Amino acid sequence: MCKGILGKKLGMTSLFANDGSYIPVTVIEAGPCIVTQIKTLANDGYNALQLGFSEKKKHRVNKPLAGHFEKAGEACFAHLKEFKVNNPEEFTAGQAVTLDIFSVGDRIDVSGNSKGRGFSGVTKRHGFKLGNKTHGSHSYREPGSIGQCAWPGKVFKGRKLPGRYGNTKNTIRNLQVVDIRPEQNVILVKGAVPGPVNGRLEIKIRGI
Amino acid sequence: MNTIKQIELEQLRMDLPDFEPGDTVRVHVRIHEGEKERTQVFQGIVIARKRGTVNASFTVRKVSYGIGVERIFPTHSPSIHKIEIVEKGRVRQSKIFYIRNLKEKAVRMKLRRK
Repeated sequence: MCKGILGKKLGMTSLFANDGSYIPVTVIEAGPCIVTQIKTLANDGYNALQLGFSEKKKHRVNKPLAGHFEKAGEACFAHLKEFKVNNPEEFTAGQAVTLDIFSVGDRIDVSGNSKGRGFSGVTKRHGFKLGNKTHGSHSYREPGSIGQCAWPGKVFKGRKLPGRYGNTKNTIRNLQVVDIRPEQNVILVKGAVPGPVNGRLEIKIRGI
Repeated sequence: MNTIKQIELEQLRMDLPDFEPGDTVRVHVRIHEGEKERTQVFQGIVIARKRGTVNASFTVRKVSYGIGVERIFPTHSPSIHKIEIVEKGRVRQSKIFYIRNLKEKAVRMKLRRK
């Protein structure tokens, strides 16, 4: 069985459980992904499937990639990602991997690129506390002191300062699959996942 | 149709009566106690309705032994067994939080019955 799949974040909403509790869920369009290449222990040193997600027109793909996709079938894809698999001989190139790999109650890890926040200050980027708004304060969102004096005469490495924030790959671990809707290729996951709506996600099953 | 809208529409309760702020309602709530399930009734005046889909809610206020008690119910929750409208009331505001500051008789005067 394939241990993961590619997906797209559709947004968040909530569900009512039967006991009346209110569950925040993220709606993820998971697959179907097409196997574009099979990596085997003999050939590549490890067992994995290369999956393609989100179909793309052939004339929009560059020639080396188009040649690579041709080996698996007609379709070209915008996103490619390898997932580990125990028995690669069970799969053939061109085969679809769907959300059948999930079942309700499964624990999964979801990775994605977080929202880019640009050049941000320390309050947003590192959660520094705010200074006084009034009483003549000039340090409302300032970092404050960043070091000592003549000794050491430098700012130590790793000091938390303003800078680029977001747009990094993040993984949220141990999320629970609450519901699966195969007719829409949608899974509902309890809690939030990284990235904007329509962002690409990697969904991996834990502990297999 | 938008997948998220569809998921939300599936959960909406269409069986509940249409009540407004100012109405007096009896809300029957299912309560789980271990294995057993029983129904509790909360009667009071609706002082606010928050519109929406799954996140819609309404606030019911009653005065119990001289102490004001307010309870916020998710409108579409499966815990709500049923809602009965005891009396219709006519108020001008959609959120009648000002009745918290009124005496009981003044509240009755304010909710000029239909």
